[in-house]
Amino acid sequence: MRRAVLIAIPYVWLLALFLVPFFIVLKISLSDIALAIPPYTPTLDLSQGWAGIKEFVSQLDFENFVWLTEDDLYWKAYLSSVKIALIATSLTLLVGYPIAYGMARAPEEWRPTLMMLVILPFWTSFLIRVYAWMGILSNEGYLNQFLLWTGIISTPLTILNTQTAVYIGIVYTYLPFMILPIYAALDRLDGSLIEAAEDLGCSRMQAFWLVTIPLSRPGIIAGCFLVMIPVIGEFVIPSLLGGSGTLMIGKVLWEEFFSNRDWPVASAVAVILLLILVIPIVLFQRNQQKQAEAEQ
Amino acid sequence: MNRLSWFNTVSLTLGFAFLYIPMVILIIFSFNESKLVTVWAGFSTKWYGELMQNQAFLDAAWVTLRVAVFSSTLATILGTMAAYVMVRGGRFFGRTLFSGMIYAPLVMPEVITGLSLLLLFIGIGLDRGILTIVLAHTTFSMCYVSVVVSSRLVTFDRSLEEAALDLGCSPAQAFRLVTLPIIAPAVISGWLLAFTLSLDDLVIASFTSGPSATTLPIKIFSAVRLGVSPEINALSTIMIAVVTVGVISASLVSKRAMVRQRQEEQAAARTE
Repeated sequence: MRRAVLIAIPYVWLLALFLVPFFIVLKISLSDIALAIPPYTPTLDLSQGWAGIKEFVSQLDFENFVWLTEDDLYWKAYLSSVKIALIATSLTLLVGYPIAYGMARAPEEWRPTLMMLVILPFWTSFLIRVYAWMGILSNEGYLNQFLLWTGIISTPLTILNTQTAVYIGIVYTYLPFMILPIYAALDRLDGSLIEAAEDLGCSRMQAFWLVTIPLSRPGIIAGCFLVMIPVIGEFVIPSLLGGSGTLMIGKVLWEEFFSNRDWPVASAVAVILLLILVIPIVLFQRNQQKQAEAEQ
Repeated sequence: MNRLSWFNTVSLTLGFAFLYIPMVILIIFSFNESKLVTVWAGFSTKWYGELMQNQAFLDAAWVTLRVAVFSSTLATILGTMAAYVMVRGGRFFGRTLFSGMIYAPLVMPEVITGLSLLLLFIGIGLDRGILTIVLAHTTFSMCYVSVVVSSRLVTFDRSLEEAALDLGCSPAQAFRLVTLPIIAPAVISGWLLAFTLSLDDLVIASFTSGPSATTLPIKIFSAVRLGVSPEINALSTIMIAVVTVGVISASLVSKRAMVRQRQEEQAAARTE
């Protein structure tokens, strides 16, 4: 009896506040926009019993999804979110790998401090970390001031509100997610394997490519997924650092909802975003499972 | 192995410079006299003074703090229960669905979580305000708590619980006297995680808050859209300072607890 209560409380909470809301999104994505409160139709009227349900189901249609395929704004936004996420993930890997590698090679007594230094920004507000770059990248910002002062450039560069700023913002904010799993993989790596490779005639570079990289692959894969999955739906970075040319689906959904007040289309956008994310999420789960099995 | 090569030194230096310089610049310029944030005009703490006068920010900070305390506490209770059920609950009807619902919110884009909860609250006619933000934050952060707590539950020796039961404890007593003290560090870090997630959240709070309840991130976001301002720099500096002190002291406390636990284990091993 006690056990049933213990299971039921978190179970019911998640059903009511996670699963049910998701079905509501699905339902509204199949509804029509209306000048009403709430601004969509039909609404389910249970007081009419079975007839009400039948009436309700018959009015649902895929109009919003058809609309999404016809208006190329959405296509472009989905594609460009995926593209931005892929490029930003590769950049984060390029920046993060040497840091993780340096950490794993650092003297033992430094490592806890280095770990702490990587984790600390992760606990500070995401919004503040993105905001910090607005002052750096703007036309009269610190970066331009510095470059003008050194004489490298003679006119200020336009970086803020461009795609470049979005990439910088993503790499900066998601870097800890990339560093930590790679560091964990490199930390476990047996140093004698590299020595063996070098004894057997590998150069340092060859040993790195042939031994270190393959053995840290699980960390690389985990890091890439941890960065890519949330970046696809990112909202804050494109809206603060990106310009009008930066199309990302999280921003489109937000505007569809808050500016256009088109709830059915916003819901349809959400459903498709979720369908896109299912692929990397399933791949990630499988990778983690394989990892866990390999360790046992 | 113990000396850093020049390559590793360079990559660590550049890497940590990249991570920390933006924050250092932000902190330095929060003490700038000038309203023009990008021009240094002498040291001053006047923006902190103005921040303290700004009622809208203070109200938002108060709302945020209340939401964070309530939602992280609720999330810790629910998340610990969920973790216990997942690790110790054995088989029950709908277990796969349950674990799916625990892990899915971790990877769900915030815009979707926010949108779906808002539609639910409107559907059931719940007025948006502090309560709805607390419900929303509790739901996503309980999943983080349960992941943290269950990773601790998995590693600890079940025979300790069984011994307590054999010696006459009721299951509730065994949990309170044996399990809880052992998993306490994980429960506390789960609470801290839930607390910072709630303090930090902009997207879900924007969807689920009403005109009566504006949180600090919502306020910061609308101010920041207009550009960089010295007041926001001052506010950011305060938030960074609070987090830094919190994280460092939490890690010192957990380190000391670990050392003590090890000593106790050694002492126990000696007496055997």
